[in-house]
Amino acid sequence: MILTSFDPLKKEQFQVLDKDGKVVNKDYEPKIDDDTLIHMYKTMSLARVADIKALQYQRQGRMLTFAPVQGQEAAQIGPMAALDKKDWLVPAFREAAAMLYKGVTLEQSYLYWYGNERGSQFDEGVNVLPVNVPIGSQINHASGVAYASKIQKQDAVALAYIGDGGTSHGEFHEGMNFAAVYNAPLITIVQNNQYAISTPRAKQTKSETIAQKAVAYGIPGIQVDGNDVLAMYAVVKEARERALKGDGPTLIEAFTYRLGPHTTSDDPTIYRKDEEVEEWKTKDPLIRFRKYLTNKKLWNKDKEEALQEEYKKLVNDTFKKVEASGLVELDDVFKYNYAEMPRDLQKQKEAYEAYLKESEEN
Amino acid sequence: MAELTLLQAINKALEQQMEKDKSVVVFGEDAGFEGGVFRVTAGLQKKFGEDRVFDTPIAEAAIVGNAIGMAINGLKPVAEIQFSGFMFPGYNQIVTHAARMRNRSRGKYGVPMVVRMPYGGGLRALEHHSESLETLFAHIPGLKLVIPSTPYDAKGLMIAAIQDPDPVIFMEPKRIYRAFKQEVPDQEYKVEIGKARVVKKGEGMTVVAWGAMMRETQKALKRLEKENIDVELIDLRTIAPLDYDTVLESVKKTGRLLVVSEQVKSLGIASELITRANEEAFLYLEAPPMRVTGHDITVPLPKGEHHHMVDEKRIAHTIKKLANYEV
Ligand SMILES: Cc1ncc(C[n+]2csc(CCOP(=O)(O)OP(=O)(O)O)c2C)c(N)n1
Repeated sequence: MILTSFDPLKKEQFQVLDKDGKVVNKDYEPKIDDDTLIHMYKTMSLARVADIKALQYQRQGRMLTFAPVQGQEAAQIGPMAALDKKDWLVPAFREAAAMLYKGVTLEQSYLYWYGNERGSQFDEGVNVLPVNVPIGSQINHASGVAYASKIQKQDAVALAYIGDGGTSHGEFHEGMNFAAVYNAPLITIVQNNQYAISTPRAKQTKSETIAQKAVAYGIPGIQVDGNDVLAMYAVVKEARERALKGDGPTLIEAFTYRLGPHTTSDDPTIYRKDEEVEEWKTKDPLIRFRKYLTNKKLWNKDKEEALQEEYKKLVNDTFKKVEASGLVELDDVFKYNYAEMPRDLQKQKEAYEAYLKESEEN
Repeated sequence: MAELTLLQAINKALEQQMEKDKSVVVFGEDAGFEGGVFRVTAGLQKKFGEDRVFDTPIAEAAIVGNAIGMAINGLKPVAEIQFSGFMFPGYNQIVTHAARMRNRSRGKYGVPMVVRMPYGGGLRALEHHSESLETLFAHIPGLKLVIPSTPYDAKGLMIAAIQDPDPVIFMEPKRIYRAFKQEVPDQEYKVEIGKARVVKKGEGMTVVAWGAMMRETQKALKRLEKENIDVELIDLRTIAPLDYDTVLESVKKTGRLLVVSEQVKSLGIASELITRANEEAFLYLEAPPMRVTGHDITVPLPKGEHHHMVDEKRIAHTIKKLANYEV
């Protein structure tokens, strides 16, 4: 059992793959079939290409502000691959990669950041909550989703994401405590990417690790190399089994790094050094996983080149489609505020339409 | 005198007050080292040190709650909420403690703190970054609420807010943070809290606005220059306590009232102003009071925001309608 072998109070970190893609922890190397391994790698790659492209579009003035994922793909794809389709993903706002794996389409993801609510209208059967901007609040939703799953015997867990900064929030504590008290099948992954905008992790908490906060909730906690997709997979798999047995929540600290800016409005050079970024680039989760797959003869240079070409085109085509979607219709901003539109709101809409017509005529 | 933006004017006010009064402390998420995501507090940590200017953990209840404790024990905290949409965890502290402390301790404890927050729409921003929630503060007895629309007022109101014995919510129209510059005196001066400003005298109609809507309204008036509508324009500047006298005096003179607000339509500041006009100036009215506002909907994301956002065109349209109204 990984969760009982790694003591969060001893600052141990769980790893399967080192930064060169070598298996350093053979006992815990998860058994994942080849197709799934490749699907995991491909989704990580798609998320990466989509991220880089979106940054370009943003610089060209074609995309609005968004929160890049770059560097955190393993902390998102490993866990998602360990979930079942009926399990829930409850994201914060930097989980575009996880969302892709869980069935949110790239078009929807782009559409959201492009400023259209339809980007949160996921397909039937995709158990993912929308991007959650108010920090911390999603942990309580996830706890509630998990509780509902438990008492309705849905045999599904809820997996929530939050950032290192988010763990300072009251709602993080409240949600973790609530879920723990009721043994709700919740898995919380803290993506400790070292910064909350400009504020370094050391200023968020005096705890030596974030994982050790689990001790106070009376639940297992573990720090994992968040750039190691296999370690993330293995630990979530175990946390999920525990949760479904009725043993309650698990807190996982994914130790990782945000390679890009906080959002496209942020200038990271103000608060961190280039050398630090360069150092983390050598721990890039994609490089590591690619090496592992190459060693297993599941991947090679030709496949990589073909994939990059395919995804650049896919991402470009998708973004063009998103751009072509244009503005949101007037109907849409009114009709979803309630299941049934109140009479006065209907009148407000009609008055506004009358104004539009009148001002067009003038 | 220096030419400053609204943002720079707030920065200057903070710097001056910190210089003068050692009890003034400034903090918030990213407000220390980086000087805030908008750089309103830029340079202050360097100048005044980390004890007085610091980054907080991401926890709005802690930010406001600590400000209350500090204020009770001799400091004058100026706390930043990164965006008004994220004040809700701190709202509990504002409403259940800051607003009531003086009354419930029969004057023993005051809470001389300022809570700053950028607010408002029209910037194609992310979800929760475009709301105008001033009513949620104005509705609470015991709180003061100011919203500057010019660099001059921003500095004077900030100084007044810091020196005020009661909690002041300072909402900053981020859309016009850097929109224009104005001559701002170098020395310390106050703009009185609770006093509206008549921006332009007129006889034909009273138009009331505040925050970023002042600028939209002025653009609308420019559009109507040739129309011969004699508008008296009032900038509220303080939302609570509201300067009803100035507004009602004007309405009694002009007989017509228009309120421009980027809030949702119902139960907002505009509603109260119109109610007061009906209650206290009814017999002077020559037309029903009107308002230009958003709709009673969740503020749309950028690709739909234009349906909701009040713009100069809609303001101009309503001014004409009110001017031409005949009983
Ligand atoms: C309640 C709340 N307060 C403030 C913000 C503004 N904000 C957006 S992201 C962010 C930093 C988040 O840091 P972290 O939780 O570490 O996640 P990361 O951005 O690093 O993924 C802040 C303060 C917010 N979204 N919600």
